[in-house]
Amino acid sequence: MDFLNAIILLLNYIFVPALTYGSQLALGAIFVTLIYGILRFANFATGDMMAFGTMVTILITWYFQSIGISLGVLPTALLAIPFAIIFMIGYMLFIDKFVFRYYRVNKSPPVQLAMVSIGVMFVTQAVVRIIIGPSDRRFFDGERFIIKAGEFKEMTGLNEGLAIKSSQVMTIFITLVLVSILFWFLNKTKTGKSMRAYSDNEDLALLSGIDPKRVVMITWIIAGILATIGGALYGLDKSFKPFTYFNNMLPIFAAAIVGGIGNPFGAFLGGYVIAFSEIFLTYAYKKFFMYVLPASMEPETLIQLLSTDYKFAVSFSILVIVLLYRPNGIFKGKVL
Amino acid sequence: MAFFEGLKMTGGYGTGPDIINSCSVDVNRGEIVSILGPNGAGKSTAMKALLGLINLKSGAVVINGKDISKLSPQDRVREGISFVPQTKNVFTGMSVEENLEMGAYLRDDDYQNIIEEIYELFPILREKRNQLVGELSGGQRQQVALGRALMIKPSVLMLDEPTAGVSPIVMDELFDHIIKVKRTNVAILMVEQNAKQALNISDRGYVLVTGENKYSGTGQELLNDPRVRSSFLGG
Repeated sequence: MDFLNAIILLLNYIFVPALTYGSQLALGAIFVTLIYGILRFANFATGDMMAFGTMVTILITWYFQSIGISLGVLPTALLAIPFAIIFMIGYMLFIDKFVFRYYRVNKSPPVQLAMVSIGVMFVTQAVVRIIIGPSDRRFFDGERFIIKAGEFKEMTGLNEGLAIKSSQVMTIFITLVLVSILFWFLNKTKTGKSMRAYSDNEDLALLSGIDPKRVVMITWIIAGILATIGGALYGLDKSFKPFTYFNNMLPIFAAAIVGGIGNPFGAFLGGYVIAFSEIFLTYAYKKFFMYVLPASMEPETLIQLLSTDYKFAVSFSILVIVLLYRPNGIFKGKVL
Repeated sequence: MAFFEGLKMTGGYGTGPDIINSCSVDVNRGEIVSILGPNGAGKSTAMKALLGLINLKSGAVVINGKDISKLSPQDRVREGISFVPQTKNVFTGMSVEENLEMGAYLRDDDYQNIIEEIYELFPILREKRNQLVGELSGGQRQQVALGRALMIKPSVLMLDEPTAGVSPIVMDELFDHIIKVKRTNVAILMVEQNAKQALNISDRGYVLVTGENKYSGTGQELLNDPRVRSSFLGG
């Protein structure tokens, strides 16, 4: 029984949260990798673009709530996301047309485009703070839990409860569906293949008659979808605070680089690698050892390898280690 | 009048000096024509001019009687001119079949039968159809590159040093493949460093020196010409 309790404990505090957090990072990491592979620059505005998409989702959610539309047990935000995506795609294409396009046409070096993206980051950040403000916002409504810890304890008679939030299930489910569609698109459709070809060998893609404008446009459309859904899911699960989104850029970039930058499937797995590492290293294992070890060996300290304040240090360390020893990422395979 | 012609082409890169001067080449369908010459003679530049990758100051490019001098490289692909660059001529991160599909990007019809034709031409590719091209050998990659270029059913195929960096055995094999392609009634224009072997399979050849036509003639004529022999073929 103690062993079962220990497993439930790990499921509840590590596995389910890490899977959720990993999904949120994965969407961001695919966004980064896609822009890097096709437009060939590191997009530092990723975090703030996600914040922007979330902000639009929240505003539309508020509007729906004010006119009395709701989805019952599901959060109203789910209904708002499609509209936010449309708005966000417009925003992405607008930025591309008026900012990035100039540098692309002039064949600026990637580092210059990366600097430009920092400019876009500051502007996006400012716009978000002007419109919705820097404070913490929760916009989750509907049924919060699928299984509550107390109910689980009653059902199973165990000491440890397993709580599963509906936002966690939604995050994992939507991520898997979205990523499956994206990989199907990239690997099976003519347009998706032409995007991979463009990323693989730009000159040969041009010689094959692939239209670069179309490839760039579709890339931004996909980026808009990923940014809005990734951001909104993170906000639903935790809360929306613009600064957190900016901070999340470090684990997102770490995930993209761990997966081999330019490799969308690597980025997807990279998200989970980073999330599990962060949570494994910052979880206090005291209770776990109390269950699995005999009473005489009970630990006196928290058995926490790192304080949760240092969770960004984990992604940063992974980033540095991967760049030093496996600069092409830890997964082999198809590059976008 | 030949099927595909570059007439008195003059031009260079950007605003730099002219690399080719009044250079003329032509090729007919079902013919292999080689452009030879020492390093820096403007062989590749002549090819890029035909393809529209550099702007001409004067001269013209004509296919089947139609002047295409002002068209972009992509539009020239639509006119049936296919090009295999010397390096980076395959999509290494994609499978053999995906490479061929990308070659057919401009086709809206069902191109499965063309893929079959390519597999008939290069049987090894059928075997490796699902393998990543980056994992293939140099000779196999060149076949993928040729296959990709043939997917639009070109009337003109231009090859930039197709045998650069492959072993002599693979080189012979590749030339065999190029002859097979020629028999499908394609006009083939190639730039080659291996002058002797190239002339052996060529119907005609041009020798460029400092951007101008120096000698031209059939493959045998050039091979037997003492001046060409002493300067490019090593006696």
